[in-house]
Amino acid sequence: MSPESVQGTRGEDRETYTREESRAIRRRSLRLLASILRPFRKLIALTVTVVVISAVLRAIGPSLVAYGIDDALPRAISAGDWWPAIGITAAYLAVGGIGAGLVGWYVVLIARLTQAVMIELRTRIFRHTQRLSLEFHEGYTSGRIISRQTSDLESIQELLDGSLSELIDAVLLGAFTLIALFLIDWRSGLILVGMGVPLGLLMWWFVVQSQRGFRATRVVSARLIVQFVETMTGIRAVQAFRREKRNDREFARVSDDYRRANLRVINLFGTLDPGLVMLGNITVAVVLLWGALRVVDGGLAIGVLLAAVLYVRNFFGPLEDVAMFLNSYQSAVAALEKVSGVLEEEPTVEDPQNPVPLAHARGELRFDGVSFGYGGAGGGRTVLAECDLTIPAGQTIALVGTTGAGKSTLAKLVARFYDPTEGCLTLDGIDLRELDPSDLRRAIVMVTQEAYLFSGTVAENIALGKPDATTEEIQAAAIAVGAHEFISKLPDGYDTDVNKRGGRVSAGQRQLISFARAFLADPAVLILDEATASLDLPSERLVQDALQTLLADRTAIIIAHRLSTIAIADRVLVMEHGRVVEDGSPEALVAAKGRFAALQRAWEDSLV
Amino acid sequence: MSSSSSLSLPRSLARLYPFAKPAMPRVIGGIAAALLASLASLAIPIVLQWVVDGPLLTGDRRLIVWSVMAVLALGVAEALFIFLRRAFVLRPMTEVEFSIRQTFYERLQRLQVSFHDRWQSGQLLSRMMQDIGLIRRWLTFGSIMLLVNVLTMLIGIGLLFRWHWALGTVFFVCSLPIWIVGYRFEQAYGALSRKSQDQSGDLATAVEESVHGIRVLKAFGRGGHALGQFRRQAESLRSTELRKAREVGLIWFWYDMVPVLAIGLCLMTGVVLVGLHQLSVGELFAFFALAAALRWPMNSLGFLFSFMIDARTATDRVFEVFDAEITITDPSDPKTIVDPRGALVFRNVHFRFADAREREIDLLDGLDLALRPGETLALVGATGSGKTTLTTLPTRLYDVTEGAVELDGVDVRDLRLEELRRRIGVAFEEPILFSASVRENVLLGRDDLEIGSDEAEAVLQEALEVAQAGFAYELPNGLDTEVGEEGLSLSGGQRQRLALARVVAAAPDVLVLDDPLSALDVDTEALVEAALRRVLANTTALIVAHRPSTVSMADRVAVIQDGRVTEIGTHSELLRTSEHYRFLISTLESGDSTQSGQEVSR
Repeated sequence: MSPESVQGTRGEDRETYTREESRAIRRRSLRLLASILRPFRKLIALTVTVVVISAVLRAIGPSLVAYGIDDALPRAISAGDWWPAIGITAAYLAVGGIGAGLVGWYVVLIARLTQAVMIELRTRIFRHTQRLSLEFHEGYTSGRIISRQTSDLESIQELLDGSLSELIDAVLLGAFTLIALFLIDWRSGLILVGMGVPLGLLMWWFVVQSQRGFRATRVVSARLIVQFVETMTGIRAVQAFRREKRNDREFARVSDDYRRANLRVINLFGTLDPGLVMLGNITVAVVLLWGALRVVDGGLAIGVLLAAVLYVRNFFGPLEDVAMFLNSYQSAVAALEKVSGVLEEEPTVEDPQNPVPLAHARGELRFDGVSFGYGGAGGGRTVLAECDLTIPAGQTIALVGTTGAGKSTLAKLVARFYDPTEGCLTLDGIDLRELDPSDLRRAIVMVTQEAYLFSGTVAENIALGKPDATTEEIQAAAIAVGAHEFISKLPDGYDTDVNKRGGRVSAGQRQLISFARAFLADPAVLILDEATASLDLPSERLVQDALQTLLADRTAIIIAHRLSTIAIADRVLVMEHGRVVEDGSPEALVAAKGRFAALQRAWEDSLV
Repeated sequence: MSSSSSLSLPRSLARLYPFAKPAMPRVIGGIAAALLASLASLAIPIVLQWVVDGPLLTGDRRLIVWSVMAVLALGVAEALFIFLRRAFVLRPMTEVEFSIRQTFYERLQRLQVSFHDRWQSGQLLSRMMQDIGLIRRWLTFGSIMLLVNVLTMLIGIGLLFRWHWALGTVFFVCSLPIWIVGYRFEQAYGALSRKSQDQSGDLATAVEESVHGIRVLKAFGRGGHALGQFRRQAESLRSTELRKAREVGLIWFWYDMVPVLAIGLCLMTGVVLVGLHQLSVGELFAFFALAAALRWPMNSLGFLFSFMIDARTATDRVFEVFDAEITITDPSDPKTIVDPRGALVFRNVHFRFADAREREIDLLDGLDLALRPGETLALVGATGSGKTTLTTLPTRLYDVTEGAVELDGVDVRDLRLEELRRRIGVAFEEPILFSASVRENVLLGRDDLEIGSDEAEAVLQEALEVAQAGFAYELPNGLDTEVGEEGLSLSGGQRQRLALARVVAAAPDVLVLDDPLSALDVDTEALVEAALRRVLANTTALIVAHRPSTVSMADRVAVIQDGRVTEIGTHSELLRTSEHYRFLISTLESGDSTQSGQEVSR
């Protein structure tokens, strides 16, 4: 577990961390990477083998040419024996051909690995964000989740896709050359090893700096995405309120931050790369000087010096690839830090350890000393206080009260969007926290005011209530809630794409579609939270009629500002400041001349 | 979203030139530095050769030290030029990226709503981040390397010819397949590249929807279902990526194979030539040194080609937005309203969505409606009758397809958008708040006021009072509390009240309100109505109403049916005379619905 200050997505926007925090989030992200790569051990092993073989083959090629010239050529000329020359050429072509084939194969293999990892990461983030409680989503914007899923994953993809073969190539070649150099001239080898010190320092400098830099780019790119998504989803308000110019400036500011953050890291690489070339060339010069002086003194053969110089050059060439790898690696790990943060978030509404199944719920709800406050027990502000309540199966409850009285909170607790901070809430005697999540969702469905439609057809949107529904069932549901008429008037009827014509499906129509969804889902407990607010009266009347049959044999909790919906309730609960202050049948409450009676009067006045 | 560009590859990429133009002098500097770096690096072996053949044999220590110094100087120069190459282009290219991105965003903000209806925001997002980033990398690195490598190759092959024409010819002929393979690759890879970038845009859309629709998914427990769909989309992206990889694998094979083939055949030819005494062994050796130096540029061509095609796809995708026509623009010859009174007139207004079928009748079909200055008019109609569409026409979020909307006698299309949208304020059915403080959100329409000034505070206070949004003072940081996506999440009713406060604060000549009180409870609604009446007393207002209570604020009511205004009059007149109106607005038509409801539920 990470230290509290960087636990999950906390501290995500910071660009600097204490050493301990920094280490913790880095460890966390590497653990994630390792856990994702583990199942692909065989594929990784195969890929590495292919790279190693192709590297070796590529190293053999030039020696074959050299051998051809040094050995086969003289034989062909002096002895007229052409076979070695032909053999060498054939061998060169074969080695080169196999090498090229392996390179091609490697590209396919590494893409398989990369794509497998991407799918795994995408799925994990998607599944996890779906699992996280509403509390998390209300604080963590959609733009950020999108940036985790898009630009962060892109950095990780770049690391896997591009850099592995270069790294292996470079390491192998580096090792070969170093050994060879020591074998032919250990003094030059020592120089090379000695150069390892500034080399290491340079790399270390880059790693430290780029870690900070890449973290900053992740933070700023998320900000850029958030700004962009918000503008595009709110484009109507942007244009109607002439916010374009201000947005232009705002976007330019964030975009310039992004540019600077990017520039900072690419400049780092722009220093590292020539730095490596510089070190390499200096090494060549030193080896050459010392070697040449020894040659003059007769201590070294010219051929050996030549070879030593070539080896040193060979050693430094691929280091550029190592630098590229480091660069992608740092970028990818910075992205993994953010991704692993999201994955580390624990849902506050947890799935039960030993889920209790409930195949057929009757729909009896019982609140036992239920309290709820946002921000956890004790500290936060209490929205619902010590609620004791029994709702028998089949009863239709209306929740009434002013905004902020706690009606929606009560509904959200029943739908288990949140868990009570104190007390317990049971369905048919089973604590919701123990209930099997899929049985819970089948038994309890909530329809809210915001009727969100997903891209796809109208039919698909209704079918969300019951994914295996037949066309007939979907239509029946639409007919039942009075949505059929407008749907059949759409250009493609039930197959109309709601996204393309999103501007055309009004808020009221969206609510009807989401009613049909709920109807199709056929739950034991139905919660309607302001689900009819945007309907016009004719539609509302249709829905009312539908509700009377729909709610006949199930438990229902209805929250509505329009008391017309409450007409169909068996029982009314009036809430105030998180408490139920009146409880009874509508007639009884009207007779009691309390809060409800007053509300009822106000509502009737509003109808004139 | 066409699937492929009609432009050829170079012409497609050439469209980036206007953006890259300011950076051109430095790009040329960068190319020069890149070439100098290559020269320095080529010169080092030549000096080495010279040392070995000269001073090393004669044992002249002074000359050795000097020549080593020369090697060192060349080495330092190489590093310096590599550094300079980047120093020249890195910063200007990030500026080019910035300007493309800024233009992209500014253009999107000005593209009409009907454009946004058709485009999923994930598709726009992937263009804004991924594609524009790719274009920058291509400009900074890809294009320069491609140029330098092709130049190096051409120079190299030229040198090979000079060295020995026969060997040069063999090498040249052997390298021809590169171009053939490259052409075939462009065809195959181009389509895949486009497909994969489109699919990753779709994936971004899916992610966005899964988060925006999280409440629905949770309420129905359909997380698994959504995951299944997401996975299918991700799988199809994967399969495109794998097909891309096969193409790339193939071209890497060829671009690795071709130099091998060339060198192999040259080896054989070389041996034969040496045997025929046409060539010395030393010359053959030098030939191979040069040919080997050409191997990397040739190898890299495969990578650079696919890079170039990806950059072309990215450019096409970005330019689809640049090429989209902005149909709702300022008039070329704008009029102004001299004497603003707030008379809003719809004259024979027709409207149909651009993607409507031919057989569909117009959504608004010759609608006539006139709002007198200062009048409050309620708009009543069945769901889907076109009321909401009508509210988008005065501010020109959409343009009428026929007829005209006039403000104070001037066609709204003859007014500058800025002026039009200042004069007409609109509150939408779904309140949209931005990631900013409550204060900024409410004062959004008042760019004439300086935020924090006394006047602004007075307007703010007044607006919050009218909208009964006093809760805003109680928020954690009061009016400085951040709301919207990035801030505190508010309830539907709270958002609606802030949106209402915003349009009130804007103090327009004409108010257009689309069912502005739907999410409020009865008590609050009554308070808002009472306060709104004061504002409406001297402001023209068009209010879409679903409830009698909202209608009660209006002086007159217009009933809209089949795309036309069929009836107009006061609430009580219409209640008396129009059955359709009673059907639409009266809850009491069948007696007291409270009781009738209870009868059924018992």
